[in-house]
Amino acid sequence: MAKADAMSAPAAIADPAAREKAEAGALLARFAEGATLFDTDILQPAETLLDLYGEDMRARAYVTRDPMRGELMLRPDFTVPLLKAHLAAGGGTACYAYAGKVFRMQEPGSGRPSEYLQVGREHLGGEDPLAEEIALFLKVHEALADLPLRIETGDVGLLVAAVEALDTSRARKDALMRHLWRPVRFRELVERFGGRRAPHPAQAALLARLEREGVEGVMAGIGEIHGLRERDEIAERLEALLEETRTPPLSAARLEAVERLLALDCPLGEALPALETIAARLPGMERAVGHFARRVEALAGAGIDPRKVRFAGSFGRTSLEYYDGFVFGLMACDHPDLPPLATGGRYDALAARLGGARLPAVGAVVRPGPVALLREGGR
Amino acid sequence: MSLRLAVPSKGRLQEATFDWFGARGIILRRTGSGREYAAAADGVAGLVVELLPASEIARDLASGRIHLGVTGTDLVNEKIPDPGRDVHSLAELGFGHADLVLAVPEAWVDVNTVDDLDDVAARFRRRHGRRLRIATKYHRLVRDFLRVKGVADYALVDSQGATEGTIRNCTAEAIADITSTGETLRANRLKILEDGLILQSQAELFLSRAAGWTPGARAVLERLADTLALPLPELA
Repeated sequence: MAKADAMSAPAAIADPAAREKAEAGALLARFAEGATLFDTDILQPAETLLDLYGEDMRARAYVTRDPMRGELMLRPDFTVPLLKAHLAAGGGTACYAYAGKVFRMQEPGSGRPSEYLQVGREHLGGEDPLAEEIALFLKVHEALADLPLRIETGDVGLLVAAVEALDTSRARKDALMRHLWRPVRFRELVERFGGRRAPHPAQAALLARLEREGVEGVMAGIGEIHGLRERDEIAERLEALLEETRTPPLSAARLEAVERLLALDCPLGEALPALETIAARLPGMERAVGHFARRVEALAGAGIDPRKVRFAGSFGRTSLEYYDGFVFGLMACDHPDLPPLATGGRYDALAARLGGARLPAVGAVVRPGPVALLREGGR
Repeated sequence: MSLRLAVPSKGRLQEATFDWFGARGIILRRTGSGREYAAAADGVAGLVVELLPASEIARDLASGRIHLGVTGTDLVNEKIPDPGRDVHSLAELGFGHADLVLAVPEAWVDVNTVDDLDDVAARFRRRHGRRLRIATKYHRLVRDFLRVKGVADYALVDSQGATEGTIRNCTAEAIADITSTGETLRANRLKILEDGLILQSQAELFLSRAAGWTPGARAVLERLADTLALPLPELA
């Protein structure tokens, strides 16, 4: 800890912005060990981020307009520009660290800052995914180990594996995967595919007509087509609707297993037996559960007591939609008003969504603002 | 001391507003020449009347520059970040009815619900390599509605008028717009999604919580509310 003390702010600094900055400097010094420093413009092309996160991003990030460059977004995070730059430079294995301001629009009256410093570290590529996860988690944990922390974890990879293990059509799995990060919509789909939710009367009427008249019969009545969506796209979807009605409902046992996974909320040390019961109902999940078990073991081996870590099957599903494996958050005990001090996780699919090849990736960010606040309070 | 009331600056909404107040004993009238944007009120001492475009009335209610304003439910919910905190509806005026709805081409026989639209958005993106475009001027209302419904893979494109024409021009695949009779939608071969009603709007008399509620302004408000027989909220 001597090193951290040497880098932390002099006690005389009282200004919160200066304390945040000093804390960021200290955190970056830790995160930069063995890493390449990364920096990027505050003004980012909005299109990439909107394509990735969807239109909702406009309610969470600042969008502005340049007469020549079009829509720009005030950097809401470093991960996407970092990964894009890494892919543009040829990809491969690398470790990056960064510190800088990010900008997020807040709910009216929330009192949370809309610009704040973020310090992060990302491990890209690498041969041993588990080792990278553990190394990154420990790096973050060590940096905050002197604070009273609550550790929350999840594993989106288990949910991905559970969806893949369902005994149903590719189309249904794709639909569920697409809405993995939208819990309400995901539940609706699960209920519909399980035959527990009736289609809207208008949809039922169309299906009845399709059964009676076939795709060609229904297509015969449509008039002139305007816009980019073409006639064959409509016919193709009618075919898909017909096929969907002929797909048998998901079995109740498998559905129940998925629901139990989503509802799971227990100490990390107690999660494995529950997951094994779930996996027994969802053949094909074993690999993901095995990876989970090795992670718990590795964390315990590194001195993280699994009985004191929370595991929730749904953790990491409602934040930014790119995590697809291990996810974690470090929260300040007794400070529910503070945002998480650190969050991170695995996002292997993001590189492919940005136009590259699939690339193993784990990353985490720390917010030096609340960390500095807690350190100050603890003195 | 005076109380500022803003009413629509022209057209049918203005006439209906004047009629509504007139029927309740407060005579609003334009002053000066016909083209001058000036008005006055008879029946309540201290009531100052302003003529403003409906969308600016919403903005000025939020900032508190005016105490009261007549404008649409749609504009208040679109333009004011936290309408529940900043404004209070004193009365629904029973005119200016319009629905904000999601509509798609009639030829899309496979699309009748928001759920269908979401599925088509995913397919459209795979096929065309871009998000399905929805033209609207009600960005916030539409985005909030689609977020709650869990719709993904769409893009909102701005359209400040003649929104129904965007599909024919290939600048959008679907629209979200205000309609009262649905005639313009039908004429442009568009249909409303069965569960695509985003908001039902009408003209309302709003009170700004952000305005300066001095004892003088309160006194005028109480006299006005008494004449109009309207209950008043608690004011900070």
